[in-house]
Amino acid sequence: MTLEDLAQAGVEAALAAGASDAEGWCEESVSREIRVYNGAVESLSDAGGRGIGIRAFLEGRSGYAYGTDLGEQGIRALGAAAHASAAISDPDEHAGLPAEFGVTPVPGLESAEMAEWTTERKIELALAVERAARSREGISQVEQAVFSDEESSAAIANSRGFSAAYSASQAWAYASAFAGEGDDLMTGIGIDLGRHPGELDPDAIGAEAADRALALKGARQPESRRCPVVLDAFVAASFAGFIGSMLSADAVQRGRSLFAGREGEVVAEPSFVLVDDGRDPGGPGSAPFDGEGSATRRTPLIDGGRLAGYLYDARTARKDGRSSTANAGRRSYRTPPAVGTTNLLIEPGGATLDELLAQAGDGLYVTDVAGLHSGVNPVSGTFSVGATGRLIAGGELGRPVREITIASDLVGMLRAVAAIGSESRWVPLAGSVKAVPLLIGEMAVSGS
Amino acid sequence: MTMVDPELAARVLECALERGGDLGELYVEDRRGFALSLDDGKVERPQAGTERGASVRVVRGDASYFGHVDGLGEDGLLRVAASVAQAVRSDVTAPRPLGPSRPAAGHPVAQRPEDVDAASKADLLRSCDDRARAAGDEVIQVTVGYAEGRRRVEIYNSDGLAASDDRTRTRLTTQVVARRSGAGDGPRVETGSDTRGGHAGFELFAEDAEAVAESAARKALTLLEAVDAPTGRLPVVVGNGFGGVLLHEAVGHGLESDAVQKRASVYAGRLGDQLAQPGVTAYDDGRREGEWGSDGIDDEGTPTQRTTVIEDGRLVSYLYDLIRARADGVESTGNGRRESFRHLPMPRMTNTYFAPGEATPEELIAGVGRGLYAVSFGGGQVEPATGDFVFGISEGYLIEDGKVTAPVRGATLVGNGIEALAAVDGIAGDLHIATGYCGKGGQQVPAGVGQPHVRIRELTVGGTAQ
Repeated sequence: MTLEDLAQAGVEAALAAGASDAEGWCEESVSREIRVYNGAVESLSDAGGRGIGIRAFLEGRSGYAYGTDLGEQGIRALGAAAHASAAISDPDEHAGLPAEFGVTPVPGLESAEMAEWTTERKIELALAVERAARSREGISQVEQAVFSDEESSAAIANSRGFSAAYSASQAWAYASAFAGEGDDLMTGIGIDLGRHPGELDPDAIGAEAADRALALKGARQPESRRCPVVLDAFVAASFAGFIGSMLSADAVQRGRSLFAGREGEVVAEPSFVLVDDGRDPGGPGSAPFDGEGSATRRTPLIDGGRLAGYLYDARTARKDGRSSTANAGRRSYRTPPAVGTTNLLIEPGGATLDELLAQAGDGLYVTDVAGLHSGVNPVSGTFSVGATGRLIAGGELGRPVREITIASDLVGMLRAVAAIGSESRWVPLAGSVKAVPLLIGEMAVSGS
Repeated sequence: MTMVDPELAARVLECALERGGDLGELYVEDRRGFALSLDDGKVERPQAGTERGASVRVVRGDASYFGHVDGLGEDGLLRVAASVAQAVRSDVTAPRPLGPSRPAAGHPVAQRPEDVDAASKADLLRSCDDRARAAGDEVIQVTVGYAEGRRRVEIYNSDGLAASDDRTRTRLTTQVVARRSGAGDGPRVETGSDTRGGHAGFELFAEDAEAVAESAARKALTLLEAVDAPTGRLPVVVGNGFGGVLLHEAVGHGLESDAVQKRASVYAGRLGDQLAQPGVTAYDDGRREGEWGSDGIDDEGTPTQRTTVIEDGRLVSYLYDLIRARADGVESTGNGRRESFRHLPMPRMTNTYFAPGEATPEELIAGVGRGLYAVSFGGGQVEPATGDFVFGISEGYLIEDGKVTAPVRGATLVGNGIEALAAVDGIAGDLHIATGYCGKGGQQVPAGVGQPHVRIRELTVGGTAQ
């Protein structure tokens, strides 16, 4: 049976159990992960998985069941379990399948070149990443260099007669390098991704990890100050990811977002543009349809400094009288669809990093933040997060600093964007974000 | 009755070691779970899951080869074993005969959660909602989550091990949002949360489970009164229970032997060193009955145990799984854990906590002129290689002249684990262990974090006060 057949069997199982509407989501994936250390393989994992998740609706109630038993009996049991779960939930007049279904073609999601990569070549790639990082002078150790890839397929079917499937491939490599020893040790990571291993540049990944660690060598805690702050692309991506989660209509409708009730308001400097795009061919979060069968699209979130809109799935859209923006995300068949970002894009500006630093004059260049999710109040937007980076002195990078916090509030920070970097890159660390460096006019930096 | 016939397990191990290896292992798992939440007064998102699968691991020298498969069919098991063996380049190793299957000394479950009807679980969520809303008119949002899970595991390895464990965990969480219409600077909105969970059954909620909701509401309401947090270096008294996340993050991760052996930990090479004041003792204890991070055996079949990691201020042990223990010539401490059959085991904490001391929390606070009382953290992050950590304080208060005064908001603790540990200058007697999920290398495992009240002489507080 194909994945679509299995998804269809899931729908029928839930309907047979008494559901008024149903949806089946079936996935299959093959993945590899290769970790190397000190010039040798540390671990090599090969994984294959297949499973199904079934959503059952029962007059406004909904329930979910998932499992790995794809036999006739197994699917029948899951259909019954989904129906039984639905029976205990409270009715929600907005619950239900989307009103429209569709597929947006995304070119190049799957690469045929994946097949040309043997395990040996992938190991060689991981080793090349490690060598590139270790060969930089001042690098004391490469803690890990990792290659991983995945070929996956997903299929959806529902009781309104829609069914579709797609396949995608993805390869990543990253390294974590150490500079210095003992109390002076600092770390840096390098990362890249593509649709197949040939799109990865092992030398660049290793060099990035090394350079990020070396740039922090000898870092000390500076004195507290208020100053201009340049966020590098990694850090800008972390903030964008958090902002994206706050733009979920689910968070907004539940009163858990600082953006609730602010559509159309000025929430950022006019040149700051943030978009969610589920069809960007380069984006690891791209797919032809979302987790409940809505065709993916591009959704402006912050445009011309104004809050342009929220991210919707079918349920939250119905509640606001809108259309779904095809943001019903599926982390896997093990979780029901939930509103989430696909790929977030910060639109690039015109300034190189050097120009941002020059414009900052005296300030702070942040290359890592820690504790974003515990350090930001999602409702008020105030935050205080740990940071590492370099001071900026006379428009150039100065001494490295650590054990500091930067504090502001999210809207205050977005409105204080003074310049936007031109060098954009994918940062697939937490979600998928294509980000650029940002210069923030002023932030509170606390050290000693 | 085992999930996989021991005779088949023996054949899988043989096949896995066809091209050599120092250790061959078959890990078999059946996972079942149910979760339910309540939001805005409505019971929603019921989810039931059933998964079965297995993984095969071959360790040769410093390398691990691993594969997993969904389902427990003979064909699938032998295929994954053969594919893992393909990656190994050596001569055949013969596994030792499997010993008799040995069920682990588990943890008692008085009331199997799957025997409790789903409607009662929904009712529990509703009564938590009621209790939280009764705490005050300013409570505007209540979210309650309930989750239960059962993992039955069987582990067979080429040293002849045949072990099994049956693990049941239940957990109830409540998050409350409180709002106060503002005069001047807009409305104030604050959140509070609390959790009760354990390696235990539904009996965990027999007695006043709604107290969790009340406590979450009280935290949110208290924060409405909060003032901006101070900034600078201050003495900090850390609360019991979830306050132990500081120990977990800033010390515990650095004691995991994978980080130590790669010298990716500030605690590498420090065994025997006096890292804290005499009187400071800490454990990792996977045996503690009914505790969230406890199991009968770890995910490599080693019985769990209480490991003293810091004894009277001296660092005395790291936390080991089988392969890192072998590299150091010691025994595994029962810390080889994995999220599921889809993951490789690695050294992980179980329940990590400071042993209780003699002081009372009041005495610790009375010794502080101006400082911060950090009751609970919203979360934290640490870089094990440097020991640098950051924690967001979700509930905290000022200490002025030896007394707890105003609640503070937006405070963050920033520091370094080894420095913070050396600066612990007082421990109270009120040990409590809270429930958390610990993430490492892409794997989430349940971990207990805990401690009595602990005082740290000085830490950097990143506040929002100007």
